Amino acid sequence: MKFTEEHEWLREEDGLMVVGITTHAAEQLGDVVFVELPDEGTTVSKDDEVVVIESVKAASDILAPVDGEIVEVNAALTDNPGMVNEDPQGEAWFFKMSVSDASQMDEFMDEAGYQKFIA
Amino acid sequence: MTELARTPLHGLHVELGAKMVPFAGYDMPVQYPMGVLKEHLHTRAAAGLFDVSHMGQVILSGPSWEAVALAFEALVPMDVMGLEDGRQRYGLFTNDAGGIEDDLMFARRGDDLFVVVNAACKAEDVARMRAGLPDEISVTELTDRALIALQGPKAAAVIEDQDSRAAEMRFMDVADLALCGHAVWASRSGYTGEDGFEISVAADEAETLVRSLLTHHGVAPIGLGARDSLRLEAGLCLYGHDIDAMTGPVEAGLTWSVQKIRRASGARAGGFPGADVVLEAFASGVTRKRVGLRPEGRAPMREGVQLFDAQEGGAQIGAVTSGGFGPTVEGPVAMGYVTTKHAEVGTRIWGEVRGKRLAVDVAALPFVPANFKR
Repeated sequence: MKFTEEHEWLREEDGLMVVGITTHAAEQLGDVVFVELPDEGTTVSKDDEVVVIESVKAASDILAPVDGEIVEVNAALTDNPGMVNEDPQGEAWFFKMSVSDASQMDEFMDEAGYQKFIA
Repeated sequence: MTELARTPLHGLHVELGAKMVPFAGYDMPVQYPMGVLKEHLHTRAAAGLFDVSHMGQVILSGPSWEAVALAFEALVPMDVMGLEDGRQRYGLFTNDAGGIEDDLMFARRGDDLFVVVNAACKAEDVARMRAGLPDEISVTELTDRALIALQGPKAAAVIEDQDSRAAEMRFMDVADLALCGHAVWASRSGYTGEDGFEISVAADEAETLVRSLLTHHGVAPIGLGARDSLRLEAGLCLYGHDIDAMTGPVEAGLTWSVQKIRRASGARAGGFPGADVVLEAFASGVTRKRVGLRPEGRAPMREGVQLFDAQEGGAQIGAVTSGGFGPTVEGPVAMGYVTTKHAEVGTRIWGEVRGKRLAVDVAALPFVPANFKR
């Protein structure tokens, strides 16, 4: 699993990148009450706002970590946003995307690096 | 940056694992480990304990109750004279333009008036009272007292267990009680829409009292986050957001707080700051009104969201002043101002969220029925 400075995690699965937010990010957000997902098939560039998350406290975004295409979204989150707090690094993934430029993955942190980043 | 003030319960909040944030110059608990959502639901189901010691507590004294009450009526459009001993009312400080400078609670304690004002406004409120009341009325800010609130359907049982006199108290009654060995001033009121008590206690006894109350089954500490969502569902105004110096009591939907005796043709009509403007608003109506708002989808509409009369084009007809997710409603809820023409319950309007106009209906307040002991 790789981690971004925007507190996203990325996990490779069947040639796609699965993206979610870290446990730390979910704790910081507080109870998530609304999730707006992108359309499947959307072409995105790195740092595009692709997901809106609203917690009881505030609204925030998930940015596309790399260039690519949104292949699949986790529609269950729309009906049950609380999953983001219950299992942020497991069941509550947000989307799966293809990666156009694998070299963009190089800058991301590993688990140890991320733990140091948030410490 | 000036250093944040601390309430007498600050150390306890930290010990309980609260997340502390700056609020009105104080370092306050926004949530405890339970989290805002569960704290909200806990308060509606059992009993929530809030530290509201940042609020201002003021005693007005004078040669007689009549002197104090009449003097205070020069600052607020409320019937103060008619307040019976042991009763409390909601009030508003108005300005010369008929706007609201702060909202407050005032209670009669014998010949004295006990006033509780918002933390962010308290310095100005104390100055306003000192300047606006005659010399014979003393204005004493009680900086040596803490204020806590116990709210929710199980609050009464906890308080009555300590002092059976609490069972006699109805909504907006005030009384001296003995709780866990501490002499307190209690009022049966709050800011959640639930039955409950606000309790003024000596600052140096507050922590012991709160620790005792927290040992009762069903009592949990609740932070400012849930306090906000609870009061929003209850349709209660937050000063500086839903009401302010540019908003009058009539457009704010607070006409019920201005008793008939202070309105035109009442025995003590007018005589408060901005009375001409306020009484004219009663007579002729207003161009905008505070309303409840129930967004159709799941997206919260927060403060500042602009409201329109059409999904595309059209005109802006208002804005959201408070909004978020209502845990008990299980959906987004908001309050805001709209033109009077659009203020009727059921009117469909649109709120612009992230560039998209989302459907929202004008809704009756409160969103959650009040659970007061009448």
